[in-house]
Amino acid sequence: MVAAPTIRPAARRQPLPKKRRQAQPRNKTLTVVTALMVAYTLLPLAWLLISATKTQEGLLDSFGLWFADDFALFDNIGRVFTYQDGIYPRWLLNTVFYVVAGAGGATLLSTLAGYGLSKFAFRGRRAVFAVILGAVAVPPTALAVPTFLLFAKMGITDSPWAVIIPTLMAPFSLYLMWTFSNEAVPNEILESARVDGAGEFRIFFKLALPLLAPGTVTALLFNVVMTWNNLFLPLIMLKDRHLYPITLGIYTWNQQSQTVGGDVVFNLVITGSLLAVIPLIAAFLLLQRYWQSGLAAGSVKQ
Amino acid sequence: MTRRTWIGWQFVAPFLAVFALVFLAPIVYSVYLSLYRTRLIGGTSFVGAENYTKALHDPQFWSAVGRVSLFMVVQVPIMLLLALLIALAIDSGRLYGAAFFRISIFLPYAVPAVVATLMWGFIYGDRFGLVGNINDYFGVHLPDPLAPDLVLASIGNIVTWEFVGYNMLILYSALRVVDTSLYEAAAIDGAGQWRIIRAIKLPALRGPLLITTMFSIIGSFQMFTEPVVLKTIAPNAILTYFAPNYYAWQLSFGGQQYNYSATVAVVMGLITMLVAYLVQARAVRKAG
Repeated sequence: MVAAPTIRPAARRQPLPKKRRQAQPRNKTLTVVTALMVAYTLLPLAWLLISATKTQEGLLDSFGLWFADDFALFDNIGRVFTYQDGIYPRWLLNTVFYVVAGAGGATLLSTLAGYGLSKFAFRGRRAVFAVILGAVAVPPTALAVPTFLLFAKMGITDSPWAVIIPTLMAPFSLYLMWTFSNEAVPNEILESARVDGAGEFRIFFKLALPLLAPGTVTALLFNVVMTWNNLFLPLIMLKDRHLYPITLGIYTWNQQSQTVGGDVVFNLVITGSLLAVIPLIAAFLLLQRYWQSGLAAGSVKQ
Repeated sequence: MTRRTWIGWQFVAPFLAVFALVFLAPIVYSVYLSLYRTRLIGGTSFVGAENYTKALHDPQFWSAVGRVSLFMVVQVPIMLLLALLIALAIDSGRLYGAAFFRISIFLPYAVPAVVATLMWGFIYGDRFGLVGNINDYFGVHLPDPLAPDLVLASIGNIVTWEFVGYNMLILYSALRVVDTSLYEAAAIDGAGQWRIIRAIKLPALRGPLLITTMFSIIGSFQMFTEPVVLKTIAPNAILTYFAPNYYAWQLSFGGQQYNYSATVAVVMGLITMLVAYLVQARAVRKAG
């Protein structure tokens, strides 16, 4: 069981902080020390970016944090997309499909359920809530092998369903959407809409959903990360390499390069990794405004 | 059933259907599997608690549990302490370019664990990694981060890199909702920064710190991607029973020992829940 953190809407403190923050003198020492941490987090990413510009030979005989003589980034990107009959774009599309169906579906289900638990005092609600909160403490990967065994019995392993269905369950998204429904959707406007004769699902989609948007975007983004980054689930569920997501594909390219006699394509492993990272980093940077306010309303963890 | 109850269930039902299929059913099925044994000759037979007795006396299983426990005891505090210090530094309002720091330190969270492990694995390596570069340029011989006795610490570094910014952001978000009038009142009373941190900020972080601790513990126990990917780079350093999840996976996919694999998964789930519960109970008692 996870203790409920204290949750307050972020909005309450909006006008004040600016004033306080301006009053603080800037501190160079503190800035430099924190900058060391930034160096730590960005250095490997710089290494990845620089290494993606190198040929297989350049990787071996040049310094890791500087460019080699040949600038082969575009050549590498071209080869990533065409290597093995263009399987990489296929992996990319698979990932996008798993993310849209899995993370999108998980967000929809947990938004519906979080709202339902928050706004309807139905019989059995407490029991449902207790069971789901208990589930947060069970590690998802501890369930992966049992889920595989069950899915094998049902005959749905090695199909997209095997990757999508387990992704649909996101207890922590539900928890986030429950707190958001409590905080951001006033019961009064629901009541007045009911008096006007609107149906419950119409009220949910027309009235509640827009108010829940920051929470939904936050939950969606974190579900997307979880799905996009997952290796364990596709690794155990999928055999057909045409169904692989990008993480599993890169893993097999690396495995092949490390195997004696395998085609050594570290440059493609590295460039493929870089290309797999860019969409998520872009999403986080572009959607900052939404998910940071969403995070402030509750501690999010997948 | 009242109309409201009916509508409430309609909202919750889709989630519960999935929950039943991918949470409750696998648990029930693996408990069932753990009570049986399958042999090539003789087929499947009920063995009661035999698999559990085997797990309790399995040195490979306990070696895996010991390794992730050591990892948890060392890596989780280091990572959370770093996250806490950065969150306090950014929230102090005394940094130049705080917004840049916040997003840069968070970014690794968006990097898939496979890619993070490959990157660090290459950097650790002597073939085209930075460790190899440093050894060549300075003519030194640094300890190999991928040697069997150092690989756990090297994984600790990878996991810290991936999640320190994420935990920082959760703590920082909690600091942002502290009522600012408290700081003003404290300043009027002549309280310094350290005093404000001790008396106002740290108490406000109790809940989020508990949450991040719990999830970091659960995360440690389910370690999988990092050893699996590192195994391709450093085959000798990663044993097939490196971590409990890895072991369960190997039992199923390497050894076809499905019944015993399910037993290991059940025991590990119970251990995780027990540890999570103890940590939470302790935190609540302290707070109370």
